[in-house]
Amino acid sequence: MSRWLDVCTPDDIEQEDLIRFDHEGRTFAVYRSADDEFFCTDGLCTHEQVHLEDGLVMDNIIECPKHNGRFDYRTGEAKGAPACVDLNTYPVKVENGRVMIQA
Amino acid sequence: MSVLAKRDYSLLGKDGAAAVEKGLAAAEWYHTDVPRKELKDLMRRTDAPAIRDTAIWIGCLALFGGAAAYLWPSWWSAPLWLAYGVLYGSAGDSRWHECGHGTAFKTPWMNDVVYHIGSFMIFRNPVVWRWSHTRHHSDTIIVGRDPEVAVMRPPAARRLLLNLFGIADTLAGIRLMLIHASGRLHPEEETYVPKEEAPKAIRVARVWVAIYAATAAAAVSMNSILPFMLIGLPRLYGAWHHIVTGVLQHGGLADDVLDHRLNSRTVYMNPVSRFIYWNMNYHVEHHMFPMVPYHALPKLHELIKHDLPEPDRSMRSAFSDMLPVLRRQLRYEDVFMVRRLPDSAKPYRAELHDVEAPARKSEAGNVTLARCLHA
Repeated sequence: MSRWLDVCTPDDIEQEDLIRFDHEGRTFAVYRSADDEFFCTDGLCTHEQVHLEDGLVMDNIIECPKHNGRFDYRTGEAKGAPACVDLNTYPVKVENGRVMIQA
Repeated sequence: MSVLAKRDYSLLGKDGAAAVEKGLAAAEWYHTDVPRKELKDLMRRTDAPAIRDTAIWIGCLALFGGAAAYLWPSWWSAPLWLAYGVLYGSAGDSRWHECGHGTAFKTPWMNDVVYHIGSFMIFRNPVVWRWSHTRHHSDTIIVGRDPEVAVMRPPAARRLLLNLFGIADTLAGIRLMLIHASGRLHPEEETYVPKEEAPKAIRVARVWVAIYAATAAAAVSMNSILPFMLIGLPRLYGAWHHIVTGVLQHGGLADDVLDHRLNSRTVYMNPVSRFIYWNMNYHVEHHMFPMVPYHALPKLHELIKHDLPEPDRSMRSAFSDMLPVLRRQLRYEDVFMVRRLPDSAKPYRAELHDVEAPARKSEAGNVTLARCLHA
């Protein structure tokens, strides 16, 4: 059953960037947009399971560092080859100065 | 004394299966540590450099191609064709490459347009080769996994010489174009291209066949090969520069390793070659950090060169190191170069590969020829 997990403070993530968050054998990518909104997806690219933590965040897109597979991190939608399968996304909230994800 | 079989570069062969078994497929590769902030700055996309370079490229193509066609069939057109050919048959390769990564421009459609133009020029189906190059980055010079090994072991000298004039690759490209246009992919391509992508590849191939048919019709109606001098043939007479630069990317270096410092080469080149090649002379850097656009590679090089082998100072120096090794590989295919790292670098990781001993024995049973230190 999913529950809210405490990830970090908002300032731990730079604008237009992401951090990796690992929990109980699962790995996530938590994003902060240019508009200071927060989002969360699976941490691994659906193409070849490379972690997205070293990828490029740009205009609501996360680009995989290995093969440049692109996803809309707000919806998880794969935006073209070699990324063909969408990322799972997870609800995010900021509460009491903490970024929380529901996973 | 055990003797291992020769390398099998087929993607359907035993070496590919062995690589998967040994954990060499889609494995984790060595990366030089770069602070996230600096890497983000280097990865940042912008349209301006690629728009400038593409305007120069297309402008020069129009200028040299137009002037050559105007002077045709006079011999005075010959130097113009040589320039046009290199811009078509060699710069087309680097534009295909950079735009395939999606890093040249910030704007995706600009990458796509130039990618399709470059793919057409170089006879590479843009759908199939996107996946091919993805595999090349996953499994760089892993025997039986990498579909883009330009210099195999032993080196196919005849094929390399033919390719200086684009002959072998163009014939293969035409054959594959016709296979795709007939409605299928090659069995090897099916190992790395998802089924759902095949219709796109077939559609492009049919458009290309139509373009070449129109070119042929124009040639017949004009009773001249001039249309083919502009479309198609420059892939042959202008290929030499991308072969000369391309064989330096990985030639003579290690295979079946997980550290790009061992299997890729950085070479300092003159500005004209770097324009044609779009900075792919920084090849170790490109493979380690494929997200960094071509125009930021010199900066990346400065940032991480303390952890990389000393680059070759020129193409001439790189060839003088590589050619003797390739010659030896004709007899002993296990010979390869291990380039010395500076004292400031992290050592090659022994847990990933044994660079002191060859990965396999040659037919001559020689197990001592693996190390050929770079001066």
